[in-house]
Amino acid sequence: MQGVKVRSAPVVLRGLPSLPVLWAAAGVAALLAACVAGALMGPVHIGVGTVLRALTGGVVDPGQANILWSLRFPRVVLGVLVGGMLAIAGAAYQGVFRNPLADPYLLGAAAGANLGATLAIAFGPGTTVIGLNIVPLAAFAGAGAAVAGAYVLGQTVSGLRSNTGLILAGVAMAAFFNSVQTYVQQSQTGSIRQVYSWILGRLVTAGWDGVLLVLPYVVVSALVIFLHRRLLDAMMIGEDEVTSLGISVRRVRLIVVVAATLGTAAVVAVGGTIAFVGIIIPHTIRLLVGRSYTVVVPLSLLFGAAFLVLADTAARTILAPAELPIGVITAFVGAPFFIAVMRSTRAASL
Amino acid sequence: MRAHQPRASAKLAAPIIVTAFLLASCGGAPSSSAATPGTHYPVSIAQSDGTTVTITHQPHRIVSLSPTATEMLFAIGAGAQVTAVDDQSNYPASAPMTKLSGFQPNIEAIAGYTPDLVVGAEDTGGLVHGVQALNVPILIEPAAKTLDDSYAQIKQLGLATGHTAEADALVARMRSQVGAFVASVAKPTRKLRVYHELDNTYYSVTSATFIGQVYKLLGLDNIADAATGAAPDYPQLSAEYIVSASPDLIVLADTKCCAQNLSTVAARPGWSVIGAVKSGQVVGVDDDIASRWGPRVIDFMQAVAPHVQQLEKAA
Repeated sequence: MQGVKVRSAPVVLRGLPSLPVLWAAAGVAALLAACVAGALMGPVHIGVGTVLRALTGGVVDPGQANILWSLRFPRVVLGVLVGGMLAIAGAAYQGVFRNPLADPYLLGAAAGANLGATLAIAFGPGTTVIGLNIVPLAAFAGAGAAVAGAYVLGQTVSGLRSNTGLILAGVAMAAFFNSVQTYVQQSQTGSIRQVYSWILGRLVTAGWDGVLLVLPYVVVSALVIFLHRRLLDAMMIGEDEVTSLGISVRRVRLIVVVAATLGTAAVVAVGGTIAFVGIIIPHTIRLLVGRSYTVVVPLSLLFGAAFLVLADTAARTILAPAELPIGVITAFVGAPFFIAVMRSTRAASL
Repeated sequence: MRAHQPRASAKLAAPIIVTAFLLASCGGAPSSSAATPGTHYPVSIAQSDGTTVTITHQPHRIVSLSPTATEMLFAIGAGAQVTAVDDQSNYPASAPMTKLSGFQPNIEAIAGYTPDLVVGAEDTGGLVHGVQALNVPILIEPAAKTLDDSYAQIKQLGLATGHTAEADALVARMRSQVGAFVASVAKPTRKLRVYHELDNTYYSVTSATFIGQVYKLLGLDNIADAATGAAPDYPQLSAEYIVSASPDLIVLADTKCCAQNLSTVAARPGWSVIGAVKSGQVVGVDDDIASRWGPRVIDFMQAVAPHVQQLEKAA
């Protein structure tokens, strides 16, 4: 490699597939369809015409307008953000660690968030301090602490030369945080109900404040991952490929991991731990469309968002007016679907 | 007044035998008879799982792993026989609270108190098997579904501890007080709707539960009853549904766990239009009182009934 060519990264990366227009259109269509379904369906029946009038600023019965604007629409938007974020974070982790089982919770983000929330609930001076709900903030801090801990531990062990060191450090951090959380939970049984409802997610109670809480993190995080999609492709070929471009593998990894974790922590703080989305969505896209991150990253965002909006719509309608935990739906529908995709594409892709 | 009579007579020695016989015959709990004064040990107590527990002598070292059972034991005058109660048994204050857990029972720790009777609310973590292995009788008094279940449990504990007369008196007193509350609320033409909140993620109770039965007695329509079919007795309700059902009365059983009150409820997205929020009929009750099926159900009714009366007046 000559010094001149090192700077022109696109030369090396040229020839990688770009996002197929048809799939991009399908992704947008799926997301729109999911949002329409989410806006129309709920435990309270509200007609299509009313929903359309509400969206276009027409005259709507105030009771129905209240339900749509205060409860249903923010929940759909939150579903988009949570699903898109989890799927894109999963794709990013899988790319950075070159490990197909990597998911948004790999480095202990969820365990840290749960511990932070549990500590705040069990020992906090009430759930609000100066009018601020401290529980999501504590969750956020916990997620950050767990991932930072995993990163430092992984670096001291293996200098981050190998993925395995970092992943094992993450697994160790997650196990440690989980054990502390279980201990606190068992010794503070008075707050056990609130801790459980925290862990199971709170899409049920969220409104626009939840949307505003996660939006900045999701936007920044998704943008960073999107901008690194070609470098993730290069890393897939081999770390030497990235190094040969004059780019530090360590830096790429750090930036992508921080971005994905930041987004995950924000999402966990509002939506709870929703398993499986970060695994099945990116892999389904790899199997059906292609392995390049120029494809996987944007399509994961679109289909992950669509999937979670649909799952959440099912969560609030199947047992209406009772809610079903959304994790039940993502796993119950997602797992068989994923297996079907794996089986049908086995010959082609694996 | 009449309700207090059995309790007063219990202080005399002779009527105890009579009351004990009466209890044994009407409570349905078979008691073997040995011709001794007071409760006749051994007593046999039928459990909800079909088994029978035999208690050979009056217990004096009782371990209670159920906050409700603890409240019952103290209310029937068996408190002095209680050696240890679990970490959730915070009432009455004189109950000897320990670190024992009813959720994750540790048989060795229970054995450390050398109990002669263990009372629990559910058989978790091999509790019954473990305690039986110690040759100690164990009673499971599970969450009541109706007030009658609750009365039966009080009588059962009375029989087990040798306080049949007090148990009988307590049940009679509760019956008359419940009757008074029920009589105090008129039967309005329009049914008033209630939403009972267990936590701030909108878990609630249907009429198939103990608390649900109390609302039914007060003539209220429970909005959680719309959650039928596969939905559980403690469903998590959709916010959309609660808002559109617009209950007339909201009872918060999450004042301690989750610090909920009228203003936090009013601040929830979309909730300000709910009837109960607009009229301020949002009642905070002690989480513990609202989740135990013991004698303090009277306190619960006392907290709720006045609001029902106010609503009826307004209607």
